[in-house]
Amino acid sequence: MEEKLRTLSVLVENESGVLSQIARLFSRKGFNIESLAVGTTDDPHISRMTIEVRANDNHTNLMCAQLSKMVPVHSVKLLVPGHSIRRELVLYKVRARNSEDKNEIIQIANIFRGAIIDVSKETLTLSVIGDEKKTDAVQELLEGFGIVELVRTGMIALERGKYTINEDTKEKGEFNYGKDVL
Amino acid sequence: MEMTGAKILMECLLEQGVDTVFGYPGGTILNVYDALYHYQDRIQHILVSHEQGASHAADGYARSTGKVGVCFATSGPGATNLVTGIATAYMDSSPVVFITCNVSQNLIGKDAFQEVDITGIAMPITKCTYLVRDPADIADTVREAFALARSGRPGPVLIDIVKNATAEKAEYEYLPREKHTSTGRLAGLIRRARTSSLKMPEPNQDDVNILVDMIAQSKKPMLICGGGVVRGRAHREFREFAHRIDAPVAITLMGGGGISGTDELATGMIGMHGSKASNMACDGCDLLIAVGCRFSDRVALKPATFARQAKIVHIDIDRAEIDKNVQTDHHIIGNAKQVLELLNRKVPQYNHSEWKKYVFSFPTETEYDENEYVLTPKQILSTISRLSPEDTIVATDVGQHQMWAIQHFHFDYPGQLLTSGGFGAMGFGLGAAIGAKVGNPDKHVIHITGDGSFRMNCNELATEEFYKLPILTFVFNNHRLGMVRQWQELTYDKRFFMTTTERGPDFVKLAEAYGLKGAQVHTVEELEAAIQEGMAEAKQGRGYVVDCIIQEGELVRPMVSGGMHITEFLVN
Repeated sequence: MEEKLRTLSVLVENESGVLSQIARLFSRKGFNIESLAVGTTDDPHISRMTIEVRANDNHTNLMCAQLSKMVPVHSVKLLVPGHSIRRELVLYKVRARNSEDKNEIIQIANIFRGAIIDVSKETLTLSVIGDEKKTDAVQELLEGFGIVELVRTGMIALERGKYTINEDTKEKGEFNYGKDVL
Repeated sequence: MEMTGAKILMECLLEQGVDTVFGYPGGTILNVYDALYHYQDRIQHILVSHEQGASHAADGYARSTGKVGVCFATSGPGATNLVTGIATAYMDSSPVVFITCNVSQNLIGKDAFQEVDITGIAMPITKCTYLVRDPADIADTVREAFALARSGRPGPVLIDIVKNATAEKAEYEYLPREKHTSTGRLAGLIRRARTSSLKMPEPNQDDVNILVDMIAQSKKPMLICGGGVVRGRAHREFREFAHRIDAPVAITLMGGGGISGTDELATGMIGMHGSKASNMACDGCDLLIAVGCRFSDRVALKPATFARQAKIVHIDIDRAEIDKNVQTDHHIIGNAKQVLELLNRKVPQYNHSEWKKYVFSFPTETEYDENEYVLTPKQILSTISRLSPEDTIVATDVGQHQMWAIQHFHFDYPGQLLTSGGFGAMGFGLGAAIGAKVGNPDKHVIHITGDGSFRMNCNELATEEFYKLPILTFVFNNHRLGMVRQWQELTYDKRFFMTTTERGPDFVKLAEAYGLKGAQVHTVEELEAAIQEGMAEAKQGRGYVVDCIIQEGELVRPMVSGGMHITEFLVN
């Protein structure tokens, strides 16, 4: 079965230990997390994780099942590429010794709707938001100048249209059955 | 009322109806033991020889009584000694609450004496772990831990409390158990499960109806009785269901007791050491309904060809088990008892006598060559079974004797067989037997073990003797690590290595050293006499050890190698 990059969106309790519990679940089932982003949601008690892994269909389903089963996990959704938007913020610190280099880098930033957020005599730092296609393209262009440092936030993703992760499905009901404490 | 964290813990145990705790004290848990000193009239503490024994005892207590087991240990080595027991409970879905204490908050992370991150260690082998730093959180945490341990698919939960939180004071207010779900985090958890409008208080009716139709179309149905039937105490419903659809029933190791071993539909165990009847039925059936089993690699040896002619239906409480090991055609999520009750209301009486005739043309039990000079496993087990009271509880260790016990000793009700199935932890048996006897003082408890397994945790004989727990231990002694040796014989060209254990101790003398009696037996006659003496000792509240000498070459038969098709028997 074909291994593809999968994007999982997970709602979890916002408490200590949950991140490590989830990360360990992936490692003990033999998966390497490609990208992970965590932050609170509109409800401060709930965090949303976006996890990207490379896996085949069968393993992805098993992973979703194992995640859904965990007590601190509220919901899990596998985001389908065509029906979701994925974004990542990347900061590039680039060598720019003269004004010619600086001008060129500023132009690149403009073309990709990035922003120059810091400047020094020898470097420029720019931020770009996008999916990997865009950020990779920027990276390729900047490599000529010399990238001093690079950092990514990790991919975050949402479903397109009116659908949300809170949608009630039969499967979600089945998982809740196992968590029911009465 | 304001009280210390340790006292709050005691009050919370009483809220849960806990009257027995297994454990071992130590530096960090001293406050808890000091509180227990004042509660010893209401909470009995069983002091074991080794924390591993306590963990297995709490597990055996839980499995045999259906209640939640409780186990105490100190920090560091005390906590890590529990790990095998926690993993055993986790793999076999046994509800146990493990309570450890850690070093004080100001020492956490400083590599203090006997400090270990036990919540981190236990995370992958528990349903949940808690690190409690504030005495005000103890009540809420204990209530949640007990609810979690016994709810849904049961399992172990670990609470680690830092030492200062057991000494500091906090407000505690008594709350009856029925009200626990209305406060604290537990309330949040319940609310969450309820937010889903599709949450099923009952199994999904449509799913049940689909299965009813599938049964109607089936000519050759078969049932697998798994550990879920035992944990859910659904044996009556299961029996009715099996007889309604008139299908042969195979058990998994954990399913022992889910249907009576003497039931006319029972074909014995399925899988690696499954009976011919079970394995052939699995290969030939057109509908396989598995209740509360997880198609482990010891059952579905080769998932791709498992029940290859059949539609597979999986009934389980844990959604994450569906399609995990074997791809199924249909599933119903729910408690075994509930689902089977619903099915029994909808399924008419069927008759599949021709199919049954085919299945039962294969043996359900292995026969051995018998003569008066040697003891065969089957002879030992049928003798024990014949001379033991009907509702005897049997705890086993792990290895050949375990397989023989399930093949030849017929179990009639859930909780009668205590065995480490999923985790396969040697040394489980004696601890489990102690837990079972403490939980069921009126029942006869026997412990079936091998010389290898017994050597691992025989230190618990001291516990057995001190608390006057009359447990009859039967050692299947071939002076070999029999199961490993069997693999060496069959798949490693008889290169027997590190499996010959012609060494001490003399198990009879060992029993004597612990203040118990014992006997070595070589024939059925001697065995009978030993059992009689053992029963007489038991009446006096003393345990007894029977060292049964068996042939070194004795194999567990039949056997299918791991990864092979279920009917490709390596030995018959």
